[in-house]
Amino acid sequence: MTKQERRTTIISVALKLFSEKGFYITTIPDIAEKVGMSVGNFYNYFTSKDVLAKELVIFISEYLGENIRQINESDISTQKKIYEIVSMYFNMADEKPEMIEYFLRVYLSNREVFSDGCEGMICVSPFVTEMMMFFNDGVQCGDLYDQDFFSAFGLFMGYLGGMVFLFGEKILPEPLENYKESISQNIYNALKSR
Amino acid sequence: MPSNQDSKPLLLWLQGLTCNGNTHSFLNLENLQQLLDKFELMYHPSLFSERDFNSISSCQTSCNILIFEGTYDPLMKRNGVLISEMLHFYAKGADIIIAVGSCASFGGLFKATSPERNSGLIFSEDQKEGPLLAYKDKLINLSGCPVHPEWIGYTLNMIAAKKEIQLDELHRPIELYSNLAHHGCTRNEYFEWKIDSDDFGLKEGCLYYKQGCRAPMTHASCNKILWNEVSSKTRVGTPCFGCTEPDFPRSKLFSTKTNMSIPEDVPLGVPKRSYLTLTGIAKTFHIKRLEGKLIDYKKTD
Repeated sequence: MTKQERRTTIISVALKLFSEKGFYITTIPDIAEKVGMSVGNFYNYFTSKDVLAKELVIFISEYLGENIRQINESDISTQKKIYEIVSMYFNMADEKPEMIEYFLRVYLSNREVFSDGCEGMICVSPFVTEMMMFFNDGVQCGDLYDQDFFSAFGLFMGYLGGMVFLFGEKILPEPLENYKESISQNIYNALKSR
Repeated sequence: MPSNQDSKPLLLWLQGLTCNGNTHSFLNLENLQQLLDKFELMYHPSLFSERDFNSISSCQTSCNILIFEGTYDPLMKRNGVLISEMLHFYAKGADIIIAVGSCASFGGLFKATSPERNSGLIFSEDQKEGPLLAYKDKLINLSGCPVHPEWIGYTLNMIAAKKEIQLDELHRPIELYSNLAHHGCTRNEYFEWKIDSDDFGLKEGCLYYKQGCRAPMTHASCNKILWNEVSSKTRVGTPCFGCTEPDFPRSKLFSTKTNMSIPEDVPLGVPKRSYLTLTGIAKTFHIKRLEGKLIDYKKTD
């Protein structure tokens, strides 16, 4: 296994453990054991648990950013882009729940861990930048209503985050898949040109 | 050709549809007389000249350097003679033609009054179109509303010294127009940290985010070669209007066009995605020194 592959494995394992057990309960020995490496060797990859925590946020942000970028760059309507973003996000929640769980339950709930070097846009920039591009393009082509960025961003991502939270809590009566169409439509109706 | 090797080049300044702004600017040139001494001034509407306008409008002699100020209107007459006729007559014999100001360069303000009819000399906004296209190889555009007097001075001095003037794709001297108005702006630190100016006339804050400043997208050396040697629009807290560019005048000069709070136009040559990444990160930080009045800031606070 190359060093990069080993690094990816640590990220994957850490995401699962942090999102299942919680950030503070999970220890570096827990992660090292699950990966099958010594604790000493672990530190060759990440110098502390806080550093790992920040790297995980960047990892998720880059994953989301790359996926949204592909949607932004495709030749489809803004309404279709909304559907594609919703779909991508729900698929991720379904297939890689640890990524969304980590974002919601660790990153957003333990701000003290991320207050130095990961505050504001620093670690989530790849993701937020693509959402900015999405909104900018939507307004520029006349599909979306021109309003404050964060009003629109909060409506879009807050809605998705809320649905994934309900899904994680097993409150939703239907699988996430069944909500893609209606939620995309609701978001479009809320943001479209008036 | 009227000149021989020993005589001074003959300089003629004609006007189309104009507010005289470029003439006013030219009259403010610090060493105007020193510059004029290098030429024989055939005619200028506001300076003592060798000839009167009757002589010029009769189109019986020719010049070496033709300067044209104002928008070209094919129906406009001066002294009963079509400007078009004078322009073609003098352009044919001239060694160099200079369009001074954005009206003569691209159509400018007076094109807006009759967009289908009026234009610059070889450009209509950024499209190659105009009455002197046949002479484009000897035409220099000095855009600006008005053009900076030093830019006219530079160009005429280069011509007098028989030096080559390299031009950009809009026929503007590269030496003067390769800079952006943003270069040398005293507000650059606010631009770096994305701190807006809330109003006009303030010393603090960047004018790009809210107040409509076009300096990062505008080819001009206004903050490098200062106006009256001391100032510029942005230095006194007024946004750059992008007056040297072919799309001038734009509408809503005092506000930045945004799409969901994101500037529609980003600094020249910078991909919007890259710009937004940088902006988002810069806005994360709060630099106390830049958030209040500079004169009130104390390190010990």
